[in-house]
Amino acid sequence: MSMELLWLVPTLPLVGFLILLLTGGRLPNNIVALVACGCVGGSALAALIAGLAFLEQGSEPYSLLMWQWMDVGGFTPAFKLYLDGLALVMIGVITGVGFLIHLYASGYMNSESGYSRFFAYMNLFVFAMLMLVLGDNLLVLFLGWEGVGLCSYLLIGFFHDDPENGYAARKAFVVTRVGDTAMALGLFLLFRELGSLEIQTVLSEANRMWPDGSVLCTGIALLLLGGAVGKSAQVPLQTWLPDAMAGPTPVSALIHAATMVTAGVYLIARMHDLYLLSPSAQFAVAVVGVVTLFISSFTALVQTDIKRILAYSTMSQIGYMFMALGVGAWSAAIFHLMTHAFFKALLFLAAGSVILALHHEQNIFKMGGLAKKLPVPFWSMLIGTAALAALPLTSGFYSKDAILLTAWDYSHGGMWFWLFAAIAAFLTTLYSARLMFIVFFGESKTEPHDESKINMWGVLVILAVLSLIGGWFGLAPLAAVMPDGGLEAAHSGLIVWVTAAVPILGVLVGYALFGRKQVDFQAWLESKAIDPLRRFWFGGWGFDALYDVVLVKPFIRLAEINKNDVVDLLYRGIAGLARSLHGVLSITQTGKLRWYAANMGAGLLVVLALALYI
Amino acid sequence: MTAAIVPIEHVLLLAVVLFLIGFVGVLVRRNIIFLLMSLEIMMNACGLAFVAAGARWGDPDGQVMFMLILSLAAAEVAVGLGLVLQLDRRRRNLDIDAASELSG
Repeated sequence: MSMELLWLVPTLPLVGFLILLLTGGRLPNNIVALVACGCVGGSALAALIAGLAFLEQGSEPYSLLMWQWMDVGGFTPAFKLYLDGLALVMIGVITGVGFLIHLYASGYMNSESGYSRFFAYMNLFVFAMLMLVLGDNLLVLFLGWEGVGLCSYLLIGFFHDDPENGYAARKAFVVTRVGDTAMALGLFLLFRELGSLEIQTVLSEANRMWPDGSVLCTGIALLLLGGAVGKSAQVPLQTWLPDAMAGPTPVSALIHAATMVTAGVYLIARMHDLYLLSPSAQFAVAVVGVVTLFISSFTALVQTDIKRILAYSTMSQIGYMFMALGVGAWSAAIFHLMTHAFFKALLFLAAGSVILALHHEQNIFKMGGLAKKLPVPFWSMLIGTAALAALPLTSGFYSKDAILLTAWDYSHGGMWFWLFAAIAAFLTTLYSARLMFIVFFGESKTEPHDESKINMWGVLVILAVLSLIGGWFGLAPLAAVMPDGGLEAAHSGLIVWVTAAVPILGVLVGYALFGRKQVDFQAWLESKAIDPLRRFWFGGWGFDALYDVVLVKPFIRLAEINKNDVVDLLYRGIAGLARSLHGVLSITQTGKLRWYAANMGAGLLVVLALALYI
Repeated sequence: MTAAIVPIEHVLLLAVVLFLIGFVGVLVRRNIIFLLMSLEIMMNACGLAFVAAGARWGDPDGQVMFMLILSLAAAEVAVGLGLVLQLDRRRRNLDIDAASELSG
């Protein structure tokens, strides 16, 4: 019966949000931290108890009806929580990593104003994200989907004194809205065709009604992919994520690395039957993933802002997840989602500690030689980058290896997918090495001022342990949900060794380039022949410039033409006509009583004459 | 039905003359007291026409209408004299043309 505690999982963060909202910043900081961390921690505890009970009773899907949402003409969405292996992994990541990041943030944000507002948004985010993954109904899922989008907007623009941050927040909101529109259309189509938005009903009905490769199914799957691409910052809607780094670093860790941006992966994994019915849509998922991971790996290699490096790295890791979904490595995708949540949260939080110690310096070329002075962030970062680069025995190794090996076996050009992904994996190691060597080795350029308390470095230690061992046990609960029946282990042959060797090769090259400085990489990048390419990569392959020319500029020009509102001309004309007629008539209103009486008499005469003679 | 002592045409002519006298009075007099008196004359002209018509066709409705006009006139005078008093108190003058603040 302890599974009924599931209702507490989303409710507690909501309660925390309401408390912080209604007290409106009047609570002292330590009470705020207690409420926020306590609610998310309680939620994590409830998730743990419910999860253990779920595993004990044999991983049977469990649903808990909260209430009937509405009942309109046969459309009866219920507010129902649905727990299966996939949802369990997601709530584990969201509440577990979310709780750790809340703890870290309670120290990190201490010197900022708006402490209570920050945690109110964070709790609301956790609530919305939990509704997204626990919703039994696509409508509830969409509610959570938009909720996390709202919180992302609010938190990117958290430091709202700087208009740049507001711009970044708006950009994130508008760009993801493009994808959300596609997703909403997909949901409308699903409801029209299948008459329900309940996920399990939709999946079984889709299998019953649509033949393999049905055009309708492909269309819906592609529309849902559009939503996923927007939320997960994949090509072509990826441009918002690097700018989203304007938010506080714990926000980048929680929302823009560990949880929200992986919502697209969750959506596709959740709706996997649609993609199995439509191989072309599934192929599109793989292509989106591989293009993103390839592009963003190059971009990460030339960035100079520590958070932007990590942002591009997040994009490429989610690209791996998309590619995994596309090539049919369903469980590996979710597995990578989990390990990525551990090591990317760790990387962001460690970067946050470095940034805080250097008084908000984010340019890696102004750092250097920090290894001795900031030991905890250094070791965290080292473990995080090792997991990111998928060095053997770290968590990232198990998940990324599973993805690459399944890609190799993929029937539609699997070799190419493997090749591009392997090149990107090599680049991942290279930019990780660049980050590590430039920030933590070499000559010291600044005097760090380490202020981290136990709740900050303690979190780093826990996440570091998770990043190391998080991949050793696999993900058994997924087997019952995902169509590939869990993680496969049966790969053999040369390719296994080659795949494992790629990151090690990257480490060696990275050491030669950045550790031993045998070639001055940065000088080489800025040399005359290479510099245009460097700038092209630096700007994220020109996507921002392209959208600026194709969409933003024409829109602004149209807005300028329409500044005085063309449609309003008609209404303004009517108002003007009424006003001038009114002017004419008001001449007759002299205020002289005798004049009115004379007019009345004259009018009476006219009426009488008309009555008599016509 | 007795024969009319005075032919109805004469009575109606008198009523029209009275009405016009009253109407012209309304138009030309600027003193508000005289204006009210002119209105009274116009109303009584109407009453006369009603009574004459009632007598001509032996119908009591004409006299009923006259009673109505009488009470109407009484009410009108009550309101009108109240206005006169207020005007006199506020602006010390009874010129109707001077009270024209509501011009458009």
